[in-house]
Amino acid sequence: MTNRLDKELQFHQTALNLRAYRQQLLSSNIANADTPNYKARDIDFSKALTGALNMRLGPVALATTSAGHIDSAPASPFDSMAQYRTETQSSVDGNTVDMNTERAAFAENALHYEASITFINGLLRSMQTAVQGQ
Amino acid sequence: MSSMLDVFKIAGSALGAQSVRMNTTASNLANADSVVGPDGQPYKAKQVVFAAKPVDGSADAVGVQVEQVVDSAAPGRMVYDPANPAANTDGYVEMPNVNVVEEMVNMISASRSYQANAEVMNTARTLIQRTLSIGQ
Repeated sequence: MTNRLDKELQFHQTALNLRAYRQQLLSSNIANADTPNYKARDIDFSKALTGALNMRLGPVALATTSAGHIDSAPASPFDSMAQYRTETQSSVDGNTVDMNTERAAFAENALHYEASITFINGLLRSMQTAVQGQ
Repeated sequence: MSSMLDVFKIAGSALGAQSVRMNTTASNLANADSVVGPDGQPYKAKQVVFAAKPVDGSADAVGVQVEQVVDSAAPGRMVYDPANPAANTDGYVEMPNVNVVEEMVNMISASRSYQANAEVMNTARTLIQRTLSIGQ
């Protein structure tokens, strides 16, 4: 039973984590809207989620066999998913943040995050109903 | 996994940086006509230089910081005013190199960026609150 509950929650947990990660990327973009040479980054959500669910996402690292080797493992498990955005209009200072795109993506991502939470709440509620058996 | 809490640090760093930018703009506009500064020279317009800075060592949470405040290298405006004690032998006074139009644009841009980041913070707060109320 608990195993099943775990499995049900796993998907939503991964999705929620990924949404939080994307929110962080987008807020970095918005914060650096005026930083020269900053390149905006984002993830392809559905691709990233598929990757995360298939467990293909664990930090891939090179083997370090000598003390002089540099540890190449990414700091966060989602690190490898972030991609640079293609700019729509180039700017003089080399910054690729398009505020409209970022704001829209940020709002959309926040909504999806809330949706995920609603799903989890619904799942927990129906599980509770099942457990109570009334 | 503290992505959502990092959003606060990111937006916070941007709020700080934008307010420094607003400060220099205010200083520039206030001194647009200051012919003599503390060093006896005309006031030089100040500009901030932003740089991206990871907030906790990870490459994903990138905040922004003011790397330095530089004096503008633009030449000062020369105004003919022989009666002014600061005038040179030809009767010209060197005014500060503040470009008022540029400063106004800077001010609007800083204020818009500040608003955007404050909104980011609000959204993050709402989302964290929702997360904390899971299962209630």
